Amino acid sequence: MTTALATSGFDWVCQLVRRESAIVLAPGKEYLVEARLMPLARQLGLPGVAELVERVRARPEPALTRGIVEALTTNETSWFRDGDPFTALTGTVVPALQAARRPGEPITIWSAACSSGQEAYTIAMLLADSLPGATSRVRITATDLSRAMVDRTRAGRFSQLEVNRGLPAPMLVRHFSRVGAEWEISPALRQMVTASELNLAAPLPRLGPFDVVYLRNVLIYFDPPTKREVLRKVRQVMRPDGWLFLGAAETTLGVDDSWERVPCGRGSAYRPMKGK
Amino acid sequence: MRALVIDDSRAMRRIVASILEGFGYETRPAGHGREALDVLEEGWVPDLACIDWNMPVMDGLQFVSAVRAVPAWRQVTLMMVTTESEHGQIVKALAAGAHEYVIKPFTADAIGDKLSLLGLMPVPA
Repeated sequence: MTTALATSGFDWVCQLVRRESAIVLAPGKEYLVEARLMPLARQLGLPGVAELVERVRARPEPALTRGIVEALTTNETSWFRDGDPFTALTGTVVPALQAARRPGEPITIWSAACSSGQEAYTIAMLLADSLPGATSRVRITATDLSRAMVDRTRAGRFSQLEVNRGLPAPMLVRHFSRVGAEWEISPALRQMVTASELNLAAPLPRLGPFDVVYLRNVLIYFDPPTKREVLRKVRQVMRPDGWLFLGAAETTLGVDDSWERVPCGRGSAYRPMKGK
Repeated sequence: MRALVIDDSRAMRRIVASILEGFGYETRPAGHGREALDVLEEGWVPDLACIDWNMPVMDGLQFVSAVRAVPAWRQVTLMMVTTESEHGQIVKALAAGAHEYVIKPFTADAIGDKLSLLGLMPVPA
């Protein structure tokens, strides 16, 4: 028999997640906390989420605290998720960068909440297919708050269900091989991607400078001051003529006025405003 | 939009058809490739065909080749929906003229993602 999570337990989880990741869990998300933490409770042989929270509150364990934060930071992803930022990359951004950079100069891209790596490898595949010499010229930095997600990105292996989610079949056969029940990205593409743990809410390590940043479906989880702070840090690691892609429901407008929104492909991108 | 759902399993035909109908498609079923060709020949030419590989009478790969041999059916998008999951099988289906490939088991979202990629997601009225 499981016990429902009491308000005080839910509040405690919200504070923990906010402190560790700056992600705001809105009131009414009790169902999300229950659903995401239940597997962790079961792994520990506990009857329910209430008991899990009780245990961590009574005797804090860093590994368990981390497990709770990771379970609650959304990892939903698929190949070519919201296709516009990818068609804009090959149609607009890379041609502009090629014109602005010396021949062969590296093109640097940051996938700032990479989850299990689909976004970073989507970018790698697109550029490998469209830009001569991309496998040596393009450097993709993939970061995520979750250690488990970073490990998955490094491995470059995906389940059958994952490759079914929006990965075009011609790209699957061109860039992946079957390894047992999974599909593995080719070594040439894997070496374009460097994955590491990174908390966007904490001071950033030495990074960049980046020509392109994908920061999609991340800001929606932050409160306005944290959004502004994350955007400020992103701008510091971007080249002055760089391009930022946000999620379809996100914008810098009304949050940080040092970005210019520009039409890009069928959607929009944001560019650092000069003199700001 | 119209979709032809070709599978020798009635349960699988129902699953695929109900996903497509949920997206706004009008569907017709066929139990194998030959039966599906009959539907095309009678003039019901769909936008999309979801095709199982292993079926009696005419298998999915034979159906793909037969459709690709008829210029009037060039606009039909062919998507394999099958348990065949080897790299070489996918290459073979694409070489025969299939546009996309979904490996069973799949979710409704997986079908939706492929339709979006193919530009075949109906716009709600």
